[in-house]
Amino acid sequence: MEQEYVLITDFCTSHDIETHFILQLYDNGLVDIVLKENSYYLPLKQLPKAEKIVRLYSELDINLEGIEVITQLLKRIEKMQAEIIYLKNKLDLYE
Amino acid sequence: MKFIDYYKILGLNKDAKPNDIKKAYRKLARKYHPDVNPNDKEAEKRFQEINEANEVLSDPEKRKKYDKYGKDWQHAEEFEKARSSQQSAYGQSRRKGYSQNYGAHDFSDFFESMFGGATADFSRQRTTRFRGQDFNAELKLHLRDVYTTHKQTLTVNGKNIRITVPAGIENGQTIKISGHGGPGHQGGPNGDLYITFSIINDTQFKRDGNNLYTTVNLELYKALLGGEITVNTFDGQVKLKVKPETQNGSQVKLKGKGFPVYKKNNAFGDLYITYNIVTPKNLTEKEKTLIKELAALRKNK
Repeated sequence: MEQEYVLITDFCTSHDIETHFILQLYDNGLVDIVLKENSYYLPLKQLPKAEKIVRLYSELDINLEGIEVITQLLKRIEKMQAEIIYLKNKLDLYE
Repeated sequence: MKFIDYYKILGLNKDAKPNDIKKAYRKLARKYHPDVNPNDKEAEKRFQEINEANEVLSDPEKRKKYDKYGKDWQHAEEFEKARSSQQSAYGQSRRKGYSQNYGAHDFSDFFESMFGGATADFSRQRTTRFRGQDFNAELKLHLRDVYTTHKQTLTVNGKNIRITVPAGIENGQTIKISGHGGPGHQGGPNGDLYITFSIINDTQFKRDGNNLYTTVNLELYKALLGGEITVNTFDGQVKLKVKPETQNGSQVKLKGKGFPVYKKNNAFGDLYITYNIVTPKNLTEKEKTLIKELAALRKNK
């Protein structure tokens, strides 16, 4: 448990945010959390995503709805960037 | 070292009010923040500039010093000495700024020269973190290097890391080395190291995923009558039978002679060979006569 998950309270204390915020992210399908022995945990794999959301929220003052839109658009950007790399490599065939 | 116009970076006049600075910074930060501009080095650079401009202009002490010296900033050191006796440390009541994951750890030489490393160090510590910072690195390799799985030692931020480079990795592909980023804080895990591969192809082969492509010159008579030739593949030479009446530009496939399939042991793509038929030059009189005879035969057929 300790190696794969992080206590949400620890995460929130470290980022100076309310636990409620992470639960809201979960309710909006933005992060996965796990309930075990009456404590909420964040899977380690979710940490980069959760921290990015925290940055958008606390540093850029973007609300949850905005974060949802940005998250969707970023997924599309990342997919398109992967396609660009694939197509650039393909283009080398003809150069 | 060049003077940096922080007002220009934020699109402000010199008489800008603190609220104008805050608004301009926020607007530009939303536009160029690396979290909303993934893999965009230009945006990252702009964000660093914006961060630095804000660092100076939103801090009354720094702004005063910057405004006083402006383009004559190189005399700032004298200014510092003169006021050192009454100086207290900067930033006792600093505002909360953006994460040092982006930008603030890369202040310009101009900034360091005017405000010193100590101030910059303070900035680096200003935001709380949990998970360590992710590091990004680019590794340039030749196509031959990624034909076989091999180990390689990299130096990232002064530390040596031995990584396995899997055969068949693609140009532009990024792999994650978990836990090799910056150290975690307050019990948080380390960040990750992301390595993007830039693969230089200086071979005769063109690569498309797992398949390789090459062109082989074929002499005219071998193309007409068929025969055997030796061709280069990526891992050595092989003998290849040429069918009679092979056409120029025709292609043959050598199954399993292509590039290794990423993370699939002993699986290889194919090698496609395109024939380029080369007609003879400097014909002798006898050759010309015989070819004319051949042409006539073909005409009468």
